Amino acid sequence: MATDTDTLAATQRLVDSEYGYGFVTEVEEDRAPKGLNEGVVRYISAKKEEPQWLLDWRLRAFRAWEERYLPAGDPTWAKLRYPPINYQDAFYYAAPKSQADRPRSLDEVDPELLKTYDKLGIPLHEREVLAGVAVDAVFDSVSVATTYKAALAEKGIIFCAMSEAVREHSDLVKKYLGTVVPYSDNSFATLNSAVFSDGTFVYVPPGVRCPMELSTYFRINAENTGQFERTLVIADKGSYVSYLEGCTAPMRDENQLHAAVVELVALDDAEIKYSTVQNWYPGNKHGEGGIYNFVTKRGACRGRNSKISWTQVETGSAITWKYPSCILQGDNSVGEFYSVAVTNNYQQADTGTKMIHIGANTRSTIISKSISAGHAQNTYRGLVRIQPRAHSARNFTQCDGLLLGDRCGAHTVPYIEVKNSGARVEHEASTSRISDDQLFYCMQRGLGAEDGVNLIVNGFCKVVFQSLPMEFAVEAQKLLEVSLEGSIG
Amino acid sequence: MLEIKGLHVSVQGSVILNGLDLTVPEGEVHAIMGPNGSGKSTLSYTMAGREGYVATDGQILYRGVNLLKMSPEDRAREGMFMAFQYPVEIPGVSVLYFLKAALNAHRKHRGEKEVDAIEFLKLARSNADTLGMDHEMLNRQVNMGFSGGEKKRCEILQMAILQPQLLVLDETDSGLDIDALKVVAKGVNNLRSENRTILLITHYQRLLSHVVPDKVHVLSGGRIVASGGKDLALTLERKGYAEFSTEAA
Ligand SMILES: Nc1ncnc2c1ncn2[C@@H]1O[C@H](COP(=O)(O)OP(=O)(O)OP(=O)(O)O)[C@@H](O)[C@H]1O
Ligand SMILES: [Mg+2]
Repeated sequence: MATDTDTLAATQRLVDSEYGYGFVTEVEEDRAPKGLNEGVVRYISAKKEEPQWLLDWRLRAFRAWEERYLPAGDPTWAKLRYPPINYQDAFYYAAPKSQADRPRSLDEVDPELLKTYDKLGIPLHEREVLAGVAVDAVFDSVSVATTYKAALAEKGIIFCAMSEAVREHSDLVKKYLGTVVPYSDNSFATLNSAVFSDGTFVYVPPGVRCPMELSTYFRINAENTGQFERTLVIADKGSYVSYLEGCTAPMRDENQLHAAVVELVALDDAEIKYSTVQNWYPGNKHGEGGIYNFVTKRGACRGRNSKISWTQVETGSAITWKYPSCILQGDNSVGEFYSVAVTNNYQQADTGTKMIHIGANTRSTIISKSISAGHAQNTYRGLVRIQPRAHSARNFTQCDGLLLGDRCGAHTVPYIEVKNSGARVEHEASTSRISDDQLFYCMQRGLGAEDGVNLIVNGFCKVVFQSLPMEFAVEAQKLLEVSLEGSIG
Repeated sequence: MLEIKGLHVSVQGSVILNGLDLTVPEGEVHAIMGPNGSGKSTLSYTMAGREGYVATDGQILYRGVNLLKMSPEDRAREGMFMAFQYPVEIPGVSVLYFLKAALNAHRKHRGEKEVDAIEFLKLARSNADTLGMDHEMLNRQVNMGFSGGEKKRCEILQMAILQPQLLVLDETDSGLDIDALKVVAKGVNNLRSENRTILLITHYQRLLSHVVPDKVHVLSGGRIVASGGKDLALTLERKGYAEFSTEAA
């Protein structure tokens, strides 16, 4: 326990109180014309030389979006307030020019891009060598650097850009794409299905334990370009994979729409651990700008004894709408959701999970920690559903909210539906403020007020950080500190 | 030297300390005794700089500097340590981590290199050993689920590690069994030295038989109403505060 926190302590404190990662890289790009119509969908598909089945799939999604979701408008049940999104005022595809001659190694990667990663503190070279992390970097919409392919290929693991997977592993993609999040699932997922640009594809063959954490860094860079990432992770029977997703974004004034979809499939005895650190631009102190983040993440525990665990640390975005969920189909399957959501200034987050228990003896754990400061609103929204066949299903949910200051809000909206009388569902919730006692105690020991708050907040989030891979936990703590700077005193 | 001159303190609008004068020369241990509600904790909180404890008049000079003008963390970093009457729980934070952060804040303030995890672990363990405390306490969350006695021991451990110059122990001896009382006494006696100034707030003579004070003061009605040698504590234990309270009134 102590070693965890000691490593966290090694993290350097960032001094600049403004968003530290606000810069834009100059890379030429080619892009689809502004606005969304069938032509744009066809343009994207053609640009990526996709097979007919995928174009058809995209078009079905586009029609569903146009006929069903566009007229109805965005969903209104979430506790989020934002002006209506003008979908015709955005670009739906952009690719760095260097894409034309795709780099074979890091030496061939645009130096501007490498500099960007340096600024973000993600030295790819070092990561490759030291951490043993394979990095599939997504810059704008196209992946530009993939490493460790060989080592993975040896084990038969596929880890590549979605566009590449469509070309090289079409059957696998076709078999699983849209089977967890159907193309017409909700308005944002439907939009994504129509125009998704790129993303990551992972397949781990039966019985293989992925020897390294798979990691992708996302970065929104092109002006006015929505990001529509599509990620698909498949863990075949008896396999294991841990996937890390993290991001930072440049500072800018305009709101940017982000609607990603992540689908996970775990077959018999397989396990997927999916960790996210999300740090997109949250807007300024006055609530201007910032990313709108509407994400659909869902995992299917399709096989017996399978397990999916989501861990997220959400510190960024002006608006967060996100419910990483587990469909526990296989008997004895396990779903986990560990979340820290931090909102400051005028950020709004409506996030949580859904645990759908279908199989017998399925188990789920939900630990949600929300921290609100400034004028922010933070809502946990979670569904636990026990289907009739889910004998002896169990769920444990714990939602804790921590408030810094008296103008912010924390809300808990649990939905519990139990259709099997043998199930056991437990729900605990609490909302508290950082107490003056705690803060004074820290200060009497020599910690500044801000360090005291960070220490208390980190303690509050500890259980979640513990479920993150080590190097990610360090980053998560750093992000938390940056996010909460200036939130007290 | 600690010099408190004409200190008036209000808490939430009511006057608690009311012209308190107290001088403790460097190297001495002074005990402060006084009835419940007389303002002993108020004095320690005010010395430590707790928000809400408003010094409306007077000074607290330590080595010639008015502490009242400093932030709580700077007072701590300059060597002031308060052992809390009611130590505070911090969920999710280990004693080890908490103390390392504190020590490094002190070291940074003094322009010294921060200690790393391994060095600190050694330091913490050797201090625990000196005080006869279990290493296991270091890995527990700060004061979480600690018994009253464990909390007090933990305060003493923190004190031993931070090596303060000006110490205020607010009823650290209350509610302790004999063994714990000895730990507290040992912790204080280990630090007793020529350049340290120690204030012991207590209700009982029994601590003072282990840590023999240079002087004993009686705090009542928001001011020091009597001062004497170590025997004053014995007198108080026999006779109570009645006679001093009327004196104050
Ligand atoms: N935060 C507060 N709000 C209101 N009154 C307070 C507050 N803190 C202290 N007081 C009052 O100030 C007076 C002195 O309290 P203090 O805690 O300093 O006494 P004490 O001498 O430490 O008592 P004890 O021996 O019981 O620890 C009491 O009447 C108490 O009720
Ligand atoms: Mg008291």
